[in-house]
Amino acid sequence: MRFLIYVAAGVLGGVLGGMGMGGGTVLIPILTIFCGVEQHLAQSVNLVSFLPMALFSLKVHFSNGLVDTKGILWLILPAVVLSALGGFFVKELSGEALRVSFGVFLCLLAVWQAYAGAKQIAQRKKTGGSGNRESPEDA
Amino acid sequence: MHMRKDKFVLGAGGLLTGAVNGLFGGGGGMIVVPFLTAVAKKPPLSAHATAILVILPVSLVSGIFYLINGYFDAEMFVAISAGVTFGGFLGARALNLLSAGEATVIFAAVMFAAGIRMIF
Repeated sequence: MRFLIYVAAGVLGGVLGGMGMGGGTVLIPILTIFCGVEQHLAQSVNLVSFLPMALFSLKVHFSNGLVDTKGILWLILPAVVLSALGGFFVKELSGEALRVSFGVFLCLLAVWQAYAGAKQIAQRKKTGGSGNRESPEDA
Repeated sequence: MHMRKDKFVLGAGGLLTGAVNGLFGGGGGMIVVPFLTAVAKKPPLSAHATAILVILPVSLVSGIFYLINGYFDAEMFVAISAGVTFGGFLGARALNLLSAGEATVIFAAVMFAAGIRMIF
């Protein structure tokens, strides 16, 4: 039963992750709030389970011509260094402190997302389009 | 992307992304997307897809550190990885839903509720 609950939580997080929408921001709260998983462990499983998912969804995105690698090394290199430091020092932080700061992070992200979504809706109403913001030559 | 300033801003975004992804075990992709759209001038769908590629090595490295620290449970990791991979496959095919701002707003509301729940 526990196994099936974990699979279901994974599917939910995975759908959003595959959309590049931050599956971890969903999976981690599901695991800690509803499944009682310890914060560090939830974060660890999110990082690891993301890897096979990323490979599969990238395959789809590459074949749809959606991946554009221009300039991304400028993001990747510093991110890898800091993520190594973060992964190393995270054991010094209590699960409680992590949970609260993650909650603050989620709220900030949510405000940003709501703003982006509202802007998208407004833009679509203005142009009267179908809602697909991407022109054919971009896709 | 030819400008030095753009590279500097992307680098700063990378530092923030790495810190968040390492300490929170996720969420870095959400920071990458606005940098890819605003600074690297990629269209939204492309930015979302490319963010996954950016986060892949980042999550790999921090994930290794988490495992070294001993945060591991075989049953949980197998079950969740299977679920996430299957869900990711569906999500990648449903990427077009993102162009509906409504989906984003609903997602934001759920995220806000989860955030509040985690703070208190």
